[in-house]
Amino acid sequence: MEWHLISPELTMAVLALVVILLDLVVEKKHYLPIVSAVGLIVPLVLAIDLWNEGGLAMNDMLAVDKFAIFFKVLILGITAMVIMSSWRYVNDKFEHLRGEFYALILLSALGLMLMAAAREMITIYVSLELSSMSLYALTAFLKDRKSTESGLKYILLGGIASAILLYGMVLVFGFTGTTHLDGIGAALADGGAREPGLLLGVVLIASGFAFKIGAVPFHMWMPDVYEGAPTPVTAYLSVASKAAGFAVILRIFFEAFGEPGWLYDDWSVLWGVLAVVTMSIGNLLAIQQSNIKRLLAYSGVAQVGYILVGLAAANAAGQSGIMFYLAVYSLANLGAFIAVIAISNKIGSDEISDYSGMFKRAPVLALVLGVCLISLTGIPPTAGFMGKLVVFKAAMDEGMLWLVVFGVVNSVIAAFYYFKVMKVMFIGEAKSLVGIPSDSGIRAALVISIFGVLLLGIYPYALTKWADIAAVLLP
Amino acid sequence: MEVDITHYLVLSGILFSIGLFGALSKHNAVGILMCIEIMLNAANIAVVAFSRFLVEDTVVLTGHVFALFVIVVAAAEAAVGLAIVITLYRNRETVDVEKVDSMKG
Repeated sequence: MEWHLISPELTMAVLALVVILLDLVVEKKHYLPIVSAVGLIVPLVLAIDLWNEGGLAMNDMLAVDKFAIFFKVLILGITAMVIMSSWRYVNDKFEHLRGEFYALILLSALGLMLMAAAREMITIYVSLELSSMSLYALTAFLKDRKSTESGLKYILLGGIASAILLYGMVLVFGFTGTTHLDGIGAALADGGAREPGLLLGVVLIASGFAFKIGAVPFHMWMPDVYEGAPTPVTAYLSVASKAAGFAVILRIFFEAFGEPGWLYDDWSVLWGVLAVVTMSIGNLLAIQQSNIKRLLAYSGVAQVGYILVGLAAANAAGQSGIMFYLAVYSLANLGAFIAVIAISNKIGSDEISDYSGMFKRAPVLALVLGVCLISLTGIPPTAGFMGKLVVFKAAMDEGMLWLVVFGVVNSVIAAFYYFKVMKVMFIGEAKSLVGIPSDSGIRAALVISIFGVLLLGIYPYALTKWADIAAVLLP
Repeated sequence: MEVDITHYLVLSGILFSIGLFGALSKHNAVGILMCIEIMLNAANIAVVAFSRFLVEDTVVLTGHVFALFVIVVAAAEAAVGLAIVITLYRNRETVDVEKVDSMKG
């Protein structure tokens, strides 16, 4: 047993336990976010250290390949940014539950890291539930009307989705006789018949994960959960769990269902159709939103649609495109949400109309939010443009012109509601001229996201080269 | 008549459908949680049956282990779910999901 291969996960679990213990014994609780954020450096360094090594851990249940490490680093970075930027919000809103808050965030990040690495269905299921269970609790953390309601909606719909996913896994296990993804791939490649039960299993698995990433028609939970949950949790949920969801989808569909050819063609078209429906419905519903968190939720649905284009392409370029797009989307979406956290700390509202004249009150925050929204729209020189470019190019390589046409048309529709927010912020009348205070954590996180969005927009090679190396999944 | 894998799979399919129908149609949040448990246990029956009948005269243990993990996860899910339902009741004095609709659009 090579323990050092799972050292990032082990240190992550230890860090979460340390935070819980410190919460019990330490009087000065304001050290907790510092311990959590600084402690994340340990798993981060250990994960990067494994980049050149690779191998299989825990009886072949966890893959320590470049693909998994790319996602682990992404998830750890997201977690660190969320913890850094949320300490004031956490102090204000749930002072007595700070330890639990940080421990749950860390545990759910642990679940997501395991999801990115798991190559066996029991492990995938358990790590998925570890992350979901922590997120259910975090969603209901404010314990007020909206937060509890969103927590209830999340756990009921999430429970149904995970039961559906489980049934799909059971069917695939029944028709192939193994839960290891490579074993399933081998069993199917070697004379896998077009059994209806097997196809049902694949579709059920796809639906279960479509819920996790929030693809239409399994997106109904997203706006309600995003609106009611504490804003840092929303920020975390909108990027980290999507990233890990895509990691596990890529791994399952490439390693287990990559062969035979008919199955591959089937799921490529399945995700292609889902991509079109997801981006169209996400954008159309986003247009009519008046709450910034709901708007970002529906914009997130639309973004999932663009990312699914890369999955429908089902080639190596699609894989690395998805990884690049997810990193870029995480930077921009986190930047937007962190600006929303800073603003809602002060004005206590998430209505877009209350953002009127925000440029006069907080020029830096408004500019950051503006740049992040431009990146989400996909306009150069921001990274969002490059992300769309690589993903759409992967689809073009496979001759899926129809997908790219839908993607481009939808990007234009999306510009409408992103610009609407910017118009309110930059041209609208300011309701008051009181400034919006921000703290060092929020500033640091915003600098990282803005720097990343602009750097990757001008020089995408800085990340695409790593994504290309990490796109190692083969059928 | 010998009981073979088909019988178990039919039973499991029926249970899963009952659970899914209940989860989508019930008004009581606790009832929905119970229906989710039925769905998970339907999957358990199927996975143990597959495990038992997959290879002639030998038992593949993967399915049994899978079922044990699912039981643990189901218990954890019920704990978190009931905690949220209790908070909901304290807030609104109802657990009827039709009345929990302050967010729309």
